[in-house]
Amino acid sequence: MGAIMIYCPNSPPGKTIMKTPVTNVQPRNRRELIAALQRVLPSQALLSETEDLRPYECDGLSAYCELPMLVALPDTVEQVRAVLVACHERGVPVVARGAGTGLSGGALPCSNGVLLSLAKFNRILEIDAANRTARVQPGVRNLAISQAVAHLGLYYAPDPSSQIACSIGGNVAENAGGVHCLKYGLTVHNIQMLSFLTIEGELITVGGAALDAPGYDLLAFMTGSEGLLGVIVEITVKLLPQPERAQVVLAAFDDVEKAGAAVAAIIGAGIVPAGLEMMDNLAIRAAEQFVHAGYPVDAEAILLCELDGVNEEVSEQILQVREIFQQCGATESHTARDERERALFWAGRKAAFPAVGRLAPDYYCMDGTIPRKHLARVLRRIGEMSAEAGLAVANVFHAGDGNLHPLILYDANKPGDLERTERLGAKILELCVAVGGTITGEHGVGVEKINQMCIQFSASALAQFHALKHAFDPRGLLNPGKAVPTLQRCAEYGAMHVHGGKVLFPDLERF
Amino acid sequence: MQTTLSDSLRSTPLGQEADSILRACVHCGFCAATCPTYGLLGDELDSPRGRIYLIKQMLEGATAGQNTQLHLDRCLACRACETTCPSGVRYGRLLDIGRAAIEQRVRRPLPEQIKRHLLRVVIPYERRFTVVLRVAQTLRAFLPPTWRRSIPPPQLPTSWPRSSHERKMLALAGCVQTPIAPNIDAATARVLDCLGISLVRASGGGCCGALSYHLGAQEDGLEFARRNIDAWWPHVESGAEAIAINASGCGVMVKEYGHLLREDPSYAERADRISAMAMDISEVLAKENRAALAPAGIGTARIAFHSPCSLQHGQKLAGLVESILESAGFELTPVPDGHLCCGSAGSYSLLQPELSRQLLLQRVLALESGQPTAIGTANIGCLAHLQSRTSVPVRHWIELLDPGASVVSLRDEGAQVELTEPTTL
Repeated sequence: MGAIMIYCPNSPPGKTIMKTPVTNVQPRNRRELIAALQRVLPSQALLSETEDLRPYECDGLSAYCELPMLVALPDTVEQVRAVLVACHERGVPVVARGAGTGLSGGALPCSNGVLLSLAKFNRILEIDAANRTARVQPGVRNLAISQAVAHLGLYYAPDPSSQIACSIGGNVAENAGGVHCLKYGLTVHNIQMLSFLTIEGELITVGGAALDAPGYDLLAFMTGSEGLLGVIVEITVKLLPQPERAQVVLAAFDDVEKAGAAVAAIIGAGIVPAGLEMMDNLAIRAAEQFVHAGYPVDAEAILLCELDGVNEEVSEQILQVREIFQQCGATESHTARDERERALFWAGRKAAFPAVGRLAPDYYCMDGTIPRKHLARVLRRIGEMSAEAGLAVANVFHAGDGNLHPLILYDANKPGDLERTERLGAKILELCVAVGGTITGEHGVGVEKINQMCIQFSASALAQFHALKHAFDPRGLLNPGKAVPTLQRCAEYGAMHVHGGKVLFPDLERF
Repeated sequence: MQTTLSDSLRSTPLGQEADSILRACVHCGFCAATCPTYGLLGDELDSPRGRIYLIKQMLEGATAGQNTQLHLDRCLACRACETTCPSGVRYGRLLDIGRAAIEQRVRRPLPEQIKRHLLRVVIPYERRFTVVLRVAQTLRAFLPPTWRRSIPPPQLPTSWPRSSHERKMLALAGCVQTPIAPNIDAATARVLDCLGISLVRASGGGCCGALSYHLGAQEDGLEFARRNIDAWWPHVESGAEAIAINASGCGVMVKEYGHLLREDPSYAERADRISAMAMDISEVLAKENRAALAPAGIGTARIAFHSPCSLQHGQKLAGLVESILESAGFELTPVPDGHLCCGSAGSYSLLQPELSRQLLLQRVLALESGQPTAIGTANIGCLAHLQSRTSVPVRHWIELLDPGASVVSLRDEGAQVELTEPTTL
């Protein structure tokens, strides 16, 4: 049997930065692989016709598309193992996918590979109320976990905006955050045990029933590994008791910078809100149109500050927060009247990304982090860059932990718009790095931010990343072309961007 | 999302409509979370986002064959996705356009063509459907239990009020509701009578057209719409104030007459007016002073309300009936995952029996979980479908407010429903 050449085009359409040879799969090899997979999968669980493959060509980042060679939809761990073994034997790349809601193209298929959907793994296997854990399959939706344990007074803390739809497996792969990660941490802080299959089909369990385990912390290592090291098949998540009281304060500002200053003031006062979120005018208007949350649509920015804990503590902090808002020049601030209004305030925030879809045909969601103290300055600079590029930018972000989500509005049907958008996006991320931040807060690198990894990390650091990848997946078959760029790619990208020895944003201090 | 529809398609009104709907979708995938078929099957192709993609590639000129047809057929058109969608994608409309397009491209196997044809020539015609139903009811006792359960037992008609009020509202003649459950219209008339409103049945009307329209026979569906408009129009001109519809599946269709007939010069204007006048019976009641209604069985009745998709997602009236029932003194039991479809969905239970059955079992389990005295709903399809699988009496909620009924008698009647298999998944 002739081995299929491994190469996944890591240059998505619209990106002109990399030119890499794409090796076509021999039809004979494809047929042989289909026959092999048909032996291990139920009849409806293997898709091979173009008509069926097309809807799988992208995840939540639809600007990047690649038709997979095949899609496999297993529903048992044994089937997943069989798919991996068959692909490994033949040198076929495998891209794992959960709910396909990712925003960095982490589940972008390979044209010569198998897209392995774990959506059928949607069962909660065990709820252990005494130990406050739940053992779940990777395709379980984030919100479904909290719903399933609500009657026990428990919940699962990380809550990405897409929590209604995104899968817990994808959350682990991307180390997802969310509104409440400011106080309760990212996915990595809220899971206890993971089982995954290596590309060779070996089942490995990391973490354990206790909080600490001897040896390297492989649980943390796997979290956020973006499908490069193994395919997650089971997760034990930690559950938290629902707080006695949660209350949210909404404050409006006539100036984005004032809102930014208020964020710094709250954190500076030693308050750790459960969530501290900011939306600018464009985002406010879009969200209000869908949710009718009662957001002030004239405000330049709003802050949503959630406080939770015991009743007295929350009452005291509400007063403190409202006073800080007032000092920072809030034009209005009010506390949600009841649980219904509190849910409504958050519903607007959580639907803000897709709701921006009402303002323009397409949007491109960025995900950078910055030190909180630079918030106001970075926002001003983003505003300037937006004007220079002639593309509107809506800002929706986790202000409390400095995780920005600028949404660049564009029209994919207009020639050249996507390329201009990507250039603006790249500049925004590079600005984040320049002020001492990072290129990803919670969405992962995927294909979207792979070039900016070259700016974030040195060549020697990237070489170490490749060595780690090699230890798990020596043939480089799992999610190739994502998360960690090749050094060659960085060389080419660098050559494009550093002209005449000029660095980006020379006016900014370097860290 | 980016679209590349052909210029020729984009120059047609339908093409433009499809393009604008597709452009509104940002591919976020939120819709899949509340899609009943995605929940069962876990395949992107059986999710709204996947179906939007299938329709998109078909309209962009890519090969679309039996697989696209299969996944579009599996859609319940429940529109739960529209309620979830933050981008305002009008999925139901796109689905209709997509279904019409695939119907032109892919020829169905003969047995399926015959089945669909039979559904279209029997169900929407009251007299034809009555004959079939009566024959089935006569043979009911001799049929195997699984078949027997799906045939509703005969229901005796009850009387309409004799009094005539100055305020008048129009009823939809409909198709299957009167033969299966004549009491629903009569109860509606009695409830409105208490409020000083006469419910008028216009002669010449019939099926709302939804069944044909969503079965890929859109012109047939529009013809039914025109017939109803013609039947109602003289009454509209003489001062009827609303069209009070007690089948939410029909209500959502009548509310769309204006949009669907906008290109028909001789009907566009009247259709628009009719759609503006169409109200679900819950909307009518919500606006009236309901003090005159003395609901029967208060105090003991625990109701599980099944909100039909056409009511909560189609007409966006989630929670309205529940608030009316609560203010009338009924206790509502919690219903987990109340956004989900029961699997009735027009002709879905006949065309996709396996998926429909799984959804029905899920729903019945959820509705029974709060141990209700009766199950209330707002659409005849859901009513008959749910009753086929539960011993708890299922009634149109308006019957619960009917001064002539009592919940205790509902329970006795419900006990007649034979169940040989336990309702478990």
